[in-house]
Amino acid sequence: MNTTKKKEAFKETLKFAFIQTVPVLFGYVFMGIAFGILLEKAGYNFIWAFFISLIIYAGSMQFVLIGLLGGGMGLLSLIVLTLSVQSRHIFYGLSFIEKFKAMGKWGWYMIFSLTDETYSLLCGMNIPKELNEKQVFFTVAALDQSYWIIGCTLGAVIGSFIGFDTTGIDFAMTALFVVIFIEQWYSYQSHLPALLGTICGVASLVIFGPGAFILPALIAAVCLLLVFKNSIKIGENQEVCQ
Amino acid sequence: MSTEFLTPLLVILVVAACTFLTRFLPFALFGGGKEVPALVKTLGDLLPPAVIAILVVYCLKGVSVMVAPHGFPEFIAVAIVALLHIWKRNNLLSIGGGTLVYMVLIQMVFV
Repeated sequence: MNTTKKKEAFKETLKFAFIQTVPVLFGYVFMGIAFGILLEKAGYNFIWAFFISLIIYAGSMQFVLIGLLGGGMGLLSLIVLTLSVQSRHIFYGLSFIEKFKAMGKWGWYMIFSLTDETYSLLCGMNIPKELNEKQVFFTVAALDQSYWIIGCTLGAVIGSFIGFDTTGIDFAMTALFVVIFIEQWYSYQSHLPALLGTICGVASLVIFGPGAFILPALIAAVCLLLVFKNSIKIGENQEVCQ
Repeated sequence: MSTEFLTPLLVILVVAACTFLTRFLPFALFGGGKEVPALVKTLGDLLPPAVIAILVVYCLKGVSVMVAPHGFPEFIAVAIVALLHIWKRNNLLSIGGGTLVYMVLIQMVFV
């Protein structure tokens, strides 16, 4: 492939990936700004915000982190807390073992950058035949992280000067997940996984409370899906998450 | 180097390492040239909608139905996102519209 063609292909990939990631752009930039503002208030400047979003890159955990930066929590507690807040990521990788393995050294970045939102996008994408799937995957993942870094850093720099009341802007994240839920509802033949997930989530929230519900909910969902797996008809539209 | 610098740096490094560990674990367990077991493949197929559903609950976990405003802003805004999306299937419209409504609701209506 000559250089012009490569450039053209890259432009097409970037264009497709950008359009796919626009909802995450808004979610991450606004969530990132919120994080940056809070971090600034806790006494850590934009260099910290940049560094944290570069090497941790995790939404909810970064918010939890702000309260922990001053020390005071023991190493073991810190490890257990992080592992449990992030435990849902263990399940995300399962959908992409073969795909990321096939990406060689780029796969390492894919593993590192598999956030809730990137995972959702990779699951829901219908990639045009003329584009290279691996390039699209990598571009989507890298764009998502760049939005997050920009948001976090920007928040720490200028967030405190924003003139209007931004309270509630983080609802964009909830809205994104609701949209993805509906998209998956349409693309899966069987709605049982989505329904089981909802039931497990709500039941676990009621039983274990907001601080500890996500891991029991995930475990319950896995067990129930395994119990019901033979009665679930696998849809034709799910090409990516196999 | 002072502890005001070292302590947060260490905390960040530990959180980063643990976060990467959770993302790397499925690849470590089933990655190294081994065939992915059928059971794991099935889970990989069926889990995404269930996990997304749990994440929606996760986003709304802070909502208290018992205390005013009884989760009304959240449930109204979620309903608007869903209706907009079923109607137009335009991600930006659904997310933008729902978020705007939510901000108005909690800043002006349910104060």
